[in-house]
Amino acid sequence: MNVQTPAEKLTLKDFSTDQEVRWCPGCGDYAILKCMQRTLPQMGVSRENTVFVSGIGCAARFPYYMETYGFHTIHGRAPAIATGVKLANPELDVWVVTGDGDALSIGGNHLMHALRRNVDLNILLFNNEIYGLTKGQYSPTSHPGTRSPSTPYGSVDSPLNPCRFALGSGARFVARTVDTAQKHMPEIFTRAHAHQGASFVEIFQNCIVYNDGVFSDFTDKPVAADAQLLAVHGEPLIFGKEKNKGLRLKPGTLALEVVTIGEEGVSVEDILVHDQTSETMAFILTKLSPPDFPMVLGVIYEDPASSYERDVYRQYESVRKERGTPDFNAFLAKGDTWRVS
Amino acid sequence: MQTDSETGKNLPTTGDVESVVIRFAGDSGDGIQLLGAQFTTSTALAGSGLSTFPDFPAEIRAPLGTTFGVSAYQIKFGARKIFTSGDQPDVLVALNPAALKVNVGLLLEGSLIVVDTGTFVERNFKKAHIEADPLEDGSLAKFQVLKIDISRLTMEAVKEFGLGNKDALRSKNLWALGLMLWMFDHDRAPIIEWLNRKFAKNENIRDANIAALNAGHAFGETSELSGDMRRYTVGAASLEPGLYRTVTGAQALSWGLAAAGQLAKTPLVFCSYPITPASPILHLLAQMKEFDIVTFQAEDEIAAVCAALGASYAGSIGVTSSSGPGIALKGEAMGLAISTELPLVIVNSQRGGPSTGLPTKTEQSDLYQAVYGRNGDAPMPVLATRSPGDCFFIAVEAVRLAIKYMTPVMILTDGYIGNAAEPWKLPDFNALDPIAVPHVAARPSGAEPFNPSVRDPETLARVWAKPGTKGLEHRIGGIEKSHETGHISYDPANHQKMTQVRRDKIAGIAKDIPPQEVDFGEESGRLAVIGWGSTYGPIARAVRIARSEGHDVSHIHLTYINPFPENLGELLSRFDRILVPEMNMGQLITVLRDHFLLQAISLCKVSGQPFKISEIIEAIHGQLSLQAAE
Ligand SMILES: Cc1ncc(C[n+]2csc(CCOP(=O)(O)OP(=O)(O)O)c2C)c(N)n1
Ligand code: SF4
Ligand SMILES: [Mg+2]
Repeated sequence: MNVQTPAEKLTLKDFSTDQEVRWCPGCGDYAILKCMQRTLPQMGVSRENTVFVSGIGCAARFPYYMETYGFHTIHGRAPAIATGVKLANPELDVWVVTGDGDALSIGGNHLMHALRRNVDLNILLFNNEIYGLTKGQYSPTSHPGTRSPSTPYGSVDSPLNPCRFALGSGARFVARTVDTAQKHMPEIFTRAHAHQGASFVEIFQNCIVYNDGVFSDFTDKPVAADAQLLAVHGEPLIFGKEKNKGLRLKPGTLALEVVTIGEEGVSVEDILVHDQTSETMAFILTKLSPPDFPMVLGVIYEDPASSYERDVYRQYESVRKERGTPDFNAFLAKGDTWRVS
Repeated sequence: MQTDSETGKNLPTTGDVESVVIRFAGDSGDGIQLLGAQFTTSTALAGSGLSTFPDFPAEIRAPLGTTFGVSAYQIKFGARKIFTSGDQPDVLVALNPAALKVNVGLLLEGSLIVVDTGTFVERNFKKAHIEADPLEDGSLAKFQVLKIDISRLTMEAVKEFGLGNKDALRSKNLWALGLMLWMFDHDRAPIIEWLNRKFAKNENIRDANIAALNAGHAFGETSELSGDMRRYTVGAASLEPGLYRTVTGAQALSWGLAAAGQLAKTPLVFCSYPITPASPILHLLAQMKEFDIVTFQAEDEIAAVCAALGASYAGSIGVTSSSGPGIALKGEAMGLAISTELPLVIVNSQRGGPSTGLPTKTEQSDLYQAVYGRNGDAPMPVLATRSPGDCFFIAVEAVRLAIKYMTPVMILTDGYIGNAAEPWKLPDFNALDPIAVPHVAARPSGAEPFNPSVRDPETLARVWAKPGTKGLEHRIGGIEKSHETGHISYDPANHQKMTQVRRDKIAGIAKDIPPQEVDFGEESGRLAVIGWGSTYGPIARAVRIARSEGHDVSHIHLTYINPFPENLGELLSRFDRILVPEMNMGQLITVLRDHFLLQAISLCKVSGQPFKISEIIEAIHGQLSLQAAE
């Protein structure tokens, strides 16, 4: 992370390339792109210090449309390549854009280790629960029963929950948003960027062609308010059209229940207050999903620690200081030598 | 067939010898590698030429006393340049029955065997599946056998230090070392100095080890008086003047990479995943942070090559290193490096394959993988190291080519070169050519949009634009790019053009590398022996011997395998016959044939052991006599 105040005031246009955007009309990726192009100037970052690294997939086309540095790499490997970028130049702001297949299938190992190491990357996982680019096969996040060209009778394997994968891998910033959530997505990007260390953001992204409406149970306008909960640190976990529903710990258990404020003697004081520094709470909140619970969005977990590349350089600097300016010839002549004349 | 010291000769009864091969062998817990390495130091300091071959067991700690737990270290040293670690040992030091059993087959009649009789007991015979005591059953009759109870003598020597039996016996290797130092008249002082350094924090162990070393030495002296033991002197080799040290291939390669970074004034980011026999390079570079080196132990080989490429993209010199199985995993990312035209160095320390193969044994069987092993038309320069010291210069050259041509470059080395040691004349860093790094400069705002596809008309290298540089924002990736703009392009004619440019760029390197020379012998003639990589030593020596016998044979050794030097085809055409010894089933010969439609003869060996000089001499004789008969 590197906040700079560029001399010139940049706008959305300055972060847009002249390349024609090639996603299907109506794809959720457009909204995410626009939001990023809009939010980066607000963050005050410079274009030259910003790098977008992606793997392969529809989502991974993202860098071509950002007027920053961009590296469209190979399937699943973006976190590894981005780690190398950070090791070479920790001053760069590095964003990783990846799909659910890219991040969790072929690239699961790299994502796990980038999170565990806490490399200062902003990782955006565009989760459309499908392989878009390869024409609609089910993915590791598809819910069981997903019918796709490779699972014509429905998939039978259990999906992975990306946020829980991230938490389990040791991520210290885990957030969730929706492609259409233009209101809170900028804040999520801003906070992910500000976070020192790996930030993990899952974005529910609608693939209008191969998986249209998979998230409609909590993103459709009529149900959204009752099916989404925007978690805010230090505030009670309240949701609903009337802002009268909340999450409460079932007495004597570690399980949550949905309660209605003002009914059966429930008051705001009974509602669980979001603590973004609690890993346990993060695990519980990320498990919830409609229809019995709301889908929890927002910054679910944030507990910063020193980042990998920072510690690498700290160690490196201390060794360099101790050894002083090196002399190659003297280095080679260390140990047992003899002279032939 | 004329014999030579290389092809089998026993030690004379006493006095000066031209060269000697000693093989130290024992249980993996006996400290054989350390014993060998210290004997090597003393040999180097005595000014002899030398070459070593550490022969590790595959198991880390095999059960004590078993044959598969035997560790060995072979050294050949002499009063001239030594090319190989020797075909047959003249002296075998066997610290247990298993070590004798495993190694006795290597010896010629009359060789000297030194055994630790203290270990020749029933229990150890059982572990090594030995039926009868070989010291008693007459099976060693054709050798000279020195039976010494090294175990007991070591325990006596270290008694005053109050160590338990087990700890006391740990000094056995130093006792044996002391005896060998005496036998070959080497100085003990540098070894004692080394012990002082190594055990500075544990005086008791240090003193016990020194006592054992001295006791072994004294044992030689007393036995000589009684006429039981002979002593030899191997003179100094006449080497080029200069400051020398011993170096292993892994050291020279690591130092070469570090030197290249310094010559390019650019940081090196070295990314690797542990694998035998490549790991020592990671270990060595991790200790060299003062040379602007960041090392990264990645989660796997794919991550390692990707991180190295990411580092190169960001303006550092990305280097990754592995062995065959790991190189296989790196293939896709190498293709990305080729497509995005970024510098990258990939080091392959080859081992026996396929699959896990023989991790601790040597082979040269990844040549096809290096030259052809990627999807698409994906040409990449390939360089091969021929000896430990050579690794330094190859590493520098690989970095130079990678940067100058904006391409991944593969270095083929192998487990034998990586672990073997030889005397090395230290290069003068200040005399090495600097490596130019053409990072594109920042542009003022309002300038023309930056075009990342601009090429140097000479080298065809693409520009290297470092993130963080104002005005150079651009996008690259593995999808085909327009030759003109660098933007994604699916245009058929453009792909044809880009594929040709990638081919021409790598082929053009041939103009930038030295023409192929004949390593030894004439520029034309009846027979050329052509090799690459670590077969250098045995071929060099074999050809020298054959020529001294009066045969018309020359040695050509390749450093550049892709592209070949421009004159190679013409040079080879000047020989009636071409012999290609390789530690694989004939990979270089296929590539040569592919380029030059060459009728050559293959000499293959895939036993996990380097070629013997005698094997190559025999093939030379065979080819020349066939030719005579024709
Ligand atoms: C090594 C490799 N294997 C397979 C592919 C084919 N492939 C490209 S994208 C993709 C899946 C993409 O799914 P996801 O990551 O979810 O991205 P989306 O297209 O849905 O955004 C696959 C299997 C490839 N490009 N490379
Ligand atoms: S296939 Fe789906 S994810 Fe890909 S661009 Fe089209 S709508 Fe978007
Ligand atoms: Mg997807």
